Order: sequence, then C-alpha cells, then structure tokens
Amino acid sequence: MSPHSGDWWYDEAAGPLVRPYAMTSGRTRPKPAGDELTLTTQVRALRTTSDQGSLSVEHLEIVKLCRKPLSVAEVAAYLNAPLVVVKVLLSDLIQRGDVITRDPSRTAVPMDLNLLQKVLDGVRAI
Amino acid sequence: MVSVQSEGRREEPLVPTSVKIVIAGGFGVGKTTMVGAVSEITPLRTEELLTEAGEEIDDLAGVEGKNTTTVALDFGRITINPELVLYLFGTPGQDRFWFMWDELSLGSIGAVVLVDTRRLDAGFGAIDFFERRGIPFVVAVNCFEGSHSYTAEEMRQALDVSETVPLVLCDARDRESCKTVLACVIEHAMHRLDTVAAQA
Repeated sequence: MSPHSGDWWYDEAAGPLVRPYAMTSGRTRPKPAGDELTLTTQVRALRTTSDQGSLSVEHLEIVKLCRKPLSVAEVAAYLNAPLVVVKVLLSDLIQRGDVITRDPSRTAVPMDLNLLQKVLDGVRAI
Repeated sequence: MVSVQSEGRREEPLVPTSVKIVIAGGFGVGKTTMVGAVSEITPLRTEELLTEAGEEIDDLAGVEGKNTTTVALDFGRITINPELVLYLFGTPGQDRFWFMWDELSLGSIGAVVLVDTRRLDAGFGAIDFFERRGIPFVVAVNCFEGSHSYTAEEMRQALDVSETVPLVLCDARDRESCKTVLACVIEHAMHRLDTVAAQA
C-alpha cells in the first residue's frame, strides 16, 4: 500500500484478497435460525413473494441453487464459499422464509432398520 | 405405504431426509477415489474455515490478527429416491484435523476405514477412532495392482481388528467393488441395531 515502494503489503501467503467474511458483511456466526445447520441439512427454496431487493448476489445464488433440494455442503461447494459463510447466508434466508430445511437423522434418535434397509436397497440398485 | 390424505399438506415442497457414511483412512489411500467410484456427481470439495483462537469470536473484531486455516472435505452423493439422499464424506487426511471427524461421524450410518497394504499403520488411527466411539465401521483393504498377495485373514491379524468388525478386500476404483463395501457398512449397522434391540 505504500505509495513509494514496490513492496506490496500482500503476497501469496496472505491468502485471498477478498476476505471470506466479506460475503456476510463481516458476520462470522449464523442467526439463531441457522444454529442447527449441519453439513447434510437439506435446503430447499420456497416460492416466495418476499422482497428480494435486500438480498445479496450470494443469497440469490443460493435461492437459485436450492430450487432442487441440496445439502449445506453442496451449496457451499457450488457457491465456492466456506461452510461457515454459507451457514450465515442460509440463516438469513431461513429467517426470511425464503428457504426451508430438513435436518438429517441424528444420533440421538437411533437409525431405524426400515431406513437402513431403504439405503441398502438403494446402494445395491445404483 | 403412506396414505395420501387431503390435509392440504400436499402443497409442502418435498425436502429429502439425508444420511451419510464416512470414508476414513490415511492420506492418499484412495478415499476420494472410492467416493468418486459410486457418487452420482463428481466429488465436490467444500472448505471449513478454522480460526486458531477457537469459536469464541462474534464478529470480525479480533479475527484479522489470527491465523485462519481451511480444512477441505471431499464428498459425493447418491440419491436413493426423491425422499432420501446418501452422502459419502471423505475425512481430511491430515492428523491435525481429527476434531472434524466428530462432526462428520455424528449421525452417520457408519464408516469405512480404507487401508492400503503398503502403509497399514496409516489406518490404525481411524480404526481406533471408530472403535472408541462405538461407531459401526468396516475395514476395506484397497488392493492396488500387485498388492493382492495377502488374504483377508492376514490383513485382519496385521491390523489387529476384532472378528466382529467386517473386513473386505476392495478396489477403490471399481464401482461394483465400492458398492459392496458400502452395503457391508449398512448391513453391519443393521446387525448392530438388531443386537442392541435384542439386548434391550
């Protein structure tokens, strides 16, 4: 940044020039609506009439991606953004009612045999 | 199976249930190859940002001075049906990311510990991890060309894996072989569930 030297303040070790949290206006934590989001939480966009003018390009990209259901991990991969950033953006959309989510089955509830049998049959059929 | 009633809830868009299986093992053992062999999509990569200071950070104040690092996760997807999706997550190869394994394992059906006959010891950490946590797992020995000279029994002894843990030989590049490994994990998880139910 120094106007009188050729030494840039950044180099390769400085990492990307756009800080990852720029997409979230500096927020590093999701809103409470996004507290439960995990890697495999399924997200699906709803047809809403809500005003989209206040949404960022990334928010709109997520809504577009989630016209068919996707996991949080897939959204992050397709958006090419870190997971935590995607969780923050998703929490905005959940709060606004632009997307709905479904949590994966949890350890607290033991997997039932019926579900596992479906997965087993499915894997064999691919 | 499910009776369709006119509750007006048919309007709700369908959001599938997701399940996952963890593919674990040492660095370079073929985890992503295995994921790719069965996934319906080219394996995706997602990154989690880690701040060395931990998670007690509410906003950017304080972040700028700390070292952030990223841990990459590779994963694939198998859509079982419109209501059920299976994800396959490869564990990060580096040892310093062990803590990510807990998040990956939480709620998983079970795990595959992929081992390479040339570096058996690289699988010890993963075997230990799942044993201690009581997570159902199978050991899959990735038999690269020319490394087919061991029997499953020899591998079991070398890895010191109990008889209750299924051990299979596989080729991580081969779709059918990987399907067999996944089926083995699911069956093992079902068997464990049955055993627990019988004891209750």
